[in-house]
Amino acid sequence: MTTQETQPLRTFVAYVEDKPGVLNRIASLFRRREYNIVSLNVGRTHQDGVSRMTFQVAADADKSRRIEANLYKLVNVLSVEDITDKQAVIRDLALIKVRVLPERRTEALQLVEVFRARAVDVAPQSLTVEITGSQDKISGLLAALTPFGILEMVQSGTVAMTRGEEGDAARSARQSTVRSVSAA
Amino acid sequence: MNEVIRHTADLQASPRTLSGAQLIWEALVREGTDVVFGYPGGAIMPAYDAMIQYPIRHVLVRHEQGAAHMAEGYARATGRVGVAVATSGPGATNLVTGIANAMMDSVPIVCITGQVPSSLIGSDAFQEVDITGVTLPITKHNLLVTEPQNIAPAIREAFYIARSGRPGPVVVDITKDAQQKSCEYVPDDSPVRLPGYRPEHHVPSKDIDEAARMIAAAKKPVIFCGHGVIKSEATELLLELVRRTNIPVACTLLGLGGFPASHPRALGMMGMHGEAWVNRAIQEADLILAIGMRFDDRVTGNLKTYAKNAKKIHIELDPAEINKNVKVDLPLVGNAREILTELLPRVASPVVDEWVNYIEELKGESAVLEIQHMPDNGRLFAAHVVHDLWRLTEGKSLIVTDVGQHQMWEAQYYKHDHPKKLITSGGLGTMGFALPAAIGAKFACPEDDVWVIVGDGGFQMTACELATCAQEGIKVNIAIINNGYLGMVRQWQQFFFGGRYVATPMKSPDFVKLAEAHGLKGLRVTDRQSVKAAVEAARAAEETCIIDFRVEQEDSVYPMVPAGADLQDMIRRPSAGPSNGNTQNGIHNPIFETGKDK
Repeated sequence: MTTQETQPLRTFVAYVEDKPGVLNRIASLFRRREYNIVSLNVGRTHQDGVSRMTFQVAADADKSRRIEANLYKLVNVLSVEDITDKQAVIRDLALIKVRVLPERRTEALQLVEVFRARAVDVAPQSLTVEITGSQDKISGLLAALTPFGILEMVQSGTVAMTRGEEGDAARSARQSTVRSVSAA
Repeated sequence: MNEVIRHTADLQASPRTLSGAQLIWEALVREGTDVVFGYPGGAIMPAYDAMIQYPIRHVLVRHEQGAAHMAEGYARATGRVGVAVATSGPGATNLVTGIANAMMDSVPIVCITGQVPSSLIGSDAFQEVDITGVTLPITKHNLLVTEPQNIAPAIREAFYIARSGRPGPVVVDITKDAQQKSCEYVPDDSPVRLPGYRPEHHVPSKDIDEAARMIAAAKKPVIFCGHGVIKSEATELLLELVRRTNIPVACTLLGLGGFPASHPRALGMMGMHGEAWVNRAIQEADLILAIGMRFDDRVTGNLKTYAKNAKKIHIELDPAEINKNVKVDLPLVGNAREILTELLPRVASPVVDEWVNYIEELKGESAVLEIQHMPDNGRLFAAHVVHDLWRLTEGKSLIVTDVGQHQMWEAQYYKHDHPKKLITSGGLGTMGFALPAAIGAKFACPEDDVWVIVGDGGFQMTACELATCAQEGIKVNIAIINNGYLGMVRQWQQFFFGGRYVATPMKSPDFVKLAEAHGLKGLRVTDRQSVKAAVEAARAAEETCIIDFRVEQEDSVYPMVPAGADLQDMIRRPSAGPSNGNTQNGIHNPIFETGKDK
């Protein structure tokens, strides 16, 4: 979609019931309304039966409100929050396996150090690096390691959490207001 | 054979051991269900076997699509939840069109489907279809139940979700083994609690004040009456609002009847086939108060030029509808009845006399009125049929329409003064909807004079339900507007596809004999003089009666705003009327008009 390309990336955090098919419902909604998911992460939380999603979608503020409103129409969605304009910690995780022969190992490890990444596996002809950080930081390390020869890489979806003291309890207390304001 | 135990509806509170099959009916009885529309089959057989123990009437349909439409007709006539039952696989997929229709028109129905035994799920077993997967985007919610103890809670949830908030269809898919196994059952009458589902919304008081201010300041206001007015039963409040403010009211197709058509401030239907004055009023308005409607593309035409001068207040239950198609100035998210209740005491009357007079003048140049002035030369026009039917039934019948030209003529010429007396397939535009929906409506309102108005094409899509009428002894009247074409498509071919009538001429069976073959009554009308006698004969008959109205074959619905065009740009009826002169090779020459010179 050409319009989406010009729209900024927005980051949402959603709590959903941990039941079979819930991810399918959310994916189906995004597909049907032509919301293009750039990144999606789902995982468990400290509360039984509740999963937490972080997802990123190209959307303007209006579309963002409609995404929220449509997600709330799903019975299994507990809360949704657009945290784009909030102070938040936003992280990706990547594992990168690089072709590194013993004679260049020190050089590679120094690069890893510069990016505050970690070597998690060393083999005679390869090195596996773990990095967490923003997408920019991961791209930077990837570019630096590319001359060595990337053997494989895997990257998680983005996860995000707002900064400050407010936790889930405060957020769920605020849900009802979020719901009614979501239209305004 | 097991002894049939007639169930005393006094359901005991003490724990009992019941089969999953019994629990289905137990839960339905508790929800107040008295009739279900369905069709048996392998995976739902345990449920059918248990049904005779419960005070529920089962209506055997001829195709499951009919069951879903009947449930919808029942729901729309009463506001209660309609229930359809089908087996797994093809039984369930046959429901799909009806489910989608209920979703688009926000109608509360619950569809109960059998599913293959849980041990076979995922094995491509005989008659296995992933119906919760299939119906995911066309249901408000759906559930797969594999254990008997989850059946009653699932049905309770389904009813609650279907009827609360913005209503919609819910599918409950129950495996055969869950129906066969037993469990202890303790009835639960506590309110349903779903942590992620809170359908109620409250509008801040300052927003109501702002709406009142905007209304008081308006000089050219128009109120839109949508389906939400009927669903929330807000007609009386809307009447009071108009009594206080004198603001004219335009209806959406599904809003017809939500505001009485005979009211002096009633404008009629808006949009693609709305009267010229309605669409002009909308384009020139300085304030639109839209109640319970969603600015469908058939209502707005070109969004870029739509009601540009109007501030817009949108009263709507579903937050996802706000700013979806039309950007509004003030959204009031909540139940229309509750919001109008709060708004009424605060509203002050704007000065609208000049505006009202202006609209009255516009009515004089109406294109729709022209057909009533057409020479009555004995030939039969669909508009005449509908108009005569309206007069003969004193506008009091419950009318169920299908989709197409007849649906628009009905909307234009049958003046509805009461809510829930017009049931039509709006959002989805489902051919074949009318007859089964009318059967469902008749079960809901047995005292009503129920009329199906349907085209010859749509009627044949679900004509099999005539056998249901005969078997159930149900009486509806069926007016087939028979023009020998798929009329609306033919009209588009005439206007937009160079008059090439591809796949629209349609040969039909002899509808009179078809009625008689079912043991029902059939009549044929080919001239206007015979309309009255036929309508009276149909109403007097005890059984379902078909009237085959052989109408002018190539008549079109006017006025018409082509899809995506500016709302003021309409195609008008040829000025002399289609019956004299203005034809060429049997095709009337429509007048294409743009409002740009005005």
